[in-house]
Amino acid sequence: MRSITLSQAVNEAIAEEMRLDSSVFLIGEDVAEAGTPFKITSGLVEEFGTERVIDTPISEPGFMGLAVGAAMTGSRPIVDIMFGDFLFLIMDQLCNQAAKAHYMSGGKLNVPLVVRTNLGATRRSAAQHSQSLHALVSHIPGLKIAMPSSAYEAKGLLKTAIRDDNPVVIFEDKLMYQDKADVPEDEYLIPFGEAAVLQEGNQVTLIGTSSMRQVCEEAALILADEKISVEIIDPRTLVPLDEKTILNSAKKTGRVVVVDEGHQNFGVTAEIASRISEKAFYYLDAPVIRMGAMDVPVPFSPVLEDLTVPTAEKVASNARKIIAGELVHEL
Amino acid sequence: MAKKINTNSESYLKMYSQMVKIRSFEDQANQLYLDAKMPGLTHMYSGEEAVAVGICEALTVKDKITSTHRGHGHCVAKGAELKQMFCELLGKEEGYCRGKGGSMHIADQSNGNLGANAIVGGSMGIATGSALRAKLNGDSDVTVCFFGDGATAQGLLYEVMNMAALWNLPVIYACENNGYSEYTATDEIAAGDILDRARAFGIEAHKVDGQDVLAVNKLATDLVARARKGEGPFFIELITYRYHGHHVGDINRTYYRSKEEEEDWKKNKDPIKILGDWLVSEKIASDDELKIIRDDIAAEAHVAVQYALEASYPNSNEVDMHVYMEAN
Ligand SMILES: Cc1ncc(C[n+]2csc(CCOP(=O)(O)OP(=O)(O)O)c2C)c(N)n1
Ligand SMILES: [Mg+2]
Repeated sequence: MRSITLSQAVNEAIAEEMRLDSSVFLIGEDVAEAGTPFKITSGLVEEFGTERVIDTPISEPGFMGLAVGAAMTGSRPIVDIMFGDFLFLIMDQLCNQAAKAHYMSGGKLNVPLVVRTNLGATRRSAAQHSQSLHALVSHIPGLKIAMPSSAYEAKGLLKTAIRDDNPVVIFEDKLMYQDKADVPEDEYLIPFGEAAVLQEGNQVTLIGTSSMRQVCEEAALILADEKISVEIIDPRTLVPLDEKTILNSAKKTGRVVVVDEGHQNFGVTAEIASRISEKAFYYLDAPVIRMGAMDVPVPFSPVLEDLTVPTAEKVASNARKIIAGELVHEL
Repeated sequence: MAKKINTNSESYLKMYSQMVKIRSFEDQANQLYLDAKMPGLTHMYSGEEAVAVGICEALTVKDKITSTHRGHGHCVAKGAELKQMFCELLGKEEGYCRGKGGSMHIADQSNGNLGANAIVGGSMGIATGSALRAKLNGDSDVTVCFFGDGATAQGLLYEVMNMAALWNLPVIYACENNGYSEYTATDEIAAGDILDRARAFGIEAHKVDGQDVLAVNKLATDLVARARKGEGPFFIELITYRYHGHHVGDINRTYYRSKEEEEDWKKNKDPIKILGDWLVSEKIASDDELKIIRDDIAAEAHVAVQYALEASYPNSNEVDMHVYMEAN
C-alpha cells in the first residue's frame, strides 16, 4: 500500500468530496493560493477555483457565521480554522448557532458543516497557538467531534465528517502533518463512533486520542520489554464515543490509563474515566488513571513546554504502578 | 564638522538609534532562526521601524501600548533592553516574560507595554480598556493600539472604536499597513478605504508615510497631546512594508509578492536610510558618525545574543507558577 502524509490525506479527502458533491466548499484564511500555512490545501484552488476554495479576511466569527447560514440553506462548507486556539473566536457561531439550529427548529433546519482545525503543543508556539481544545466543544450537544490519530484516520474521518448532516469539528494534530501512514488508494470512510483496537492485550488498556495514540504505542513498546501485555484503543471520535469497545477492554484488562492532550481538569480523560468507573466498576483492579496536559497555559520555553504533555515514559510508569497495585498520586 | 544648531538633534539621533536597534535585533533574531538556535518561528519587524519608533518617541513611559505577533519593534521602541529580549526569544529565565511568552508575547511591561498578542486583533479591547481606565481615574496617559492591516478584518475593532468614540477615550489606533496579511495582499481582504471605517464612528483618521519617521513622529506627537486633553480617540494608517516573509520560515514567497517590489522598498524607502540621509543633509550628523552608531548598536546586539545563548533556562518548578496570582 502507498504511504502518504497526514497533510496529503486531508487534501485528498477534501478534493474527493468536492468532486463528488458540488455543494461542498472550503473557506478560511489563506486556503487558496497559499494552501494554508501548513500547506495542506495546496492545489485545490487550481482544480476547484476561487468560488469553492475561498480565501477570507481574518474574520473568524464572520466566516464561521457565513458557513452556518450557507449550510442551513443547502451548502456543505468546510471551515478552516488555522489554529485550534482560534476556536474561541468562533464560539458563538459554532456553539449557539450551528450546534442548536436543528434542535431549536424541531428538526426543520440542519447545519451540515465541518470545522477543520488542529491541536497539539511542543511546537514552541506559546500559549495562544498550542492549545488542544476538543473537550470544550465536546461539551456542546449538537456537535460531533473527530480526532484522527494518523493519515489513515484523517482521510477516512474527514470524508465521513463532510457527508454528515450535522456540524462536525475535526482536530488534526499539527505536529503530525508530515507524518506518513498507509492509506488505501481506493475510497474508504471511517464511521463515527467506532473506536480502533490497535493492539490487543490483557493486563492494561491504554486509551489514547489523536496525538496521544503514538505516545500510548511507544509506552506499549516499553512495557512489552517488561513482558506486560497492553491493549491500545484509539476512540477516533469523542462524540459519538464508542463506549462499548472501551468498556469491553476495561472489563478484560481491569486497568485503564486514559491519555489525551487536552487539559486534564474537566477534560476528555475525566469523561472517559468516569464512564468506565460507572459502567465497569466491578471489573476494575485499579483506579482508572487520567493523563492530560498539565493545567497551565502552554509555556513557550522548551524546557517548560515539554513538561506539560504526557510522555510515553510517564504512561508506562503509570501502567506499571497500577499493575503493581500502587496508586498513582502524581503524574 | 560644524553641526547645525538644532534643538531637536538629540531626539532625531535617538530615533535613528532606536530604528537601528530594532534592525539589529531582527538581524540577530533571523540569524538565530537560520542557525536553528531559536525555538519556534518569529515575525520580523525589519522595514517597519519608523512606525514603532515615530510613535513611541511621542510617548512617555507612563503611556501604554499594545503590540502584535510582529512585536519586537514595538518592544524595543517602548524602551526594552536587548538582553532581556533575546533571553525571552530563547525561552530563558531572564527574559521579560521569564521565557513563558517567547517571540509572540514579548513585552517589557515596566515601560507600559501591555503585551504582544498572537491573536490577530486580540489587543484592541485591551488598549481601549486601558484608555477607559485612564479616563475613569483621571490619569493623563494615552494608549496606542498597534495592529496590522489584516487585523482590520476583526469585528472587535469596530465594537471598541464605537465605544472609544462615544466616550472620547484617550486611545490611538495605529494600523500598520504593510500591504499584506500573511500571504494575501491587503486589497484582496479589505473593502473600501480603511480610514473611512474609523471616520464612520466620527473618529479623526490620518494616513501617513510609515517609512518617514519624522512625519510619523510629528503626527503622533500632535495626536497624543490632543488625546491627553480628551480629544481622542484617533486613528492612524501607516503605510509601511515588511522586508522579510510573513515569518522567518516564509522563504519562497514570489507567488504572492515579487522580488522587484521587495528590492524597491529596501532600496528606495528604507526608513533608516531616509532618516540617515536627512540627518546628513541637515548636518546633524555625518556619515561616519552614523556608521559609528550602527556599528556600536550591532555590537551591542551581538553581545546581547551571546549573553542570552548562555543564560539559563527557567527552573522546571516555574511551569505551574503564574497561572494564578498569589494572594499577598
Ligand atoms: C485570530 C487569528 N487569526 C489568524 C491568525 C494567523 N495570523 C497570524 S498573523 C496573520 C496576518 C496578520 O496580518 P496583519 O494584521 O496585516 O499583520 P502583519 O503580519 O502584516 O504585521 C494571520 C492571519 C492569528 N494569529 N490570529
Ligand atoms: Mg499586514
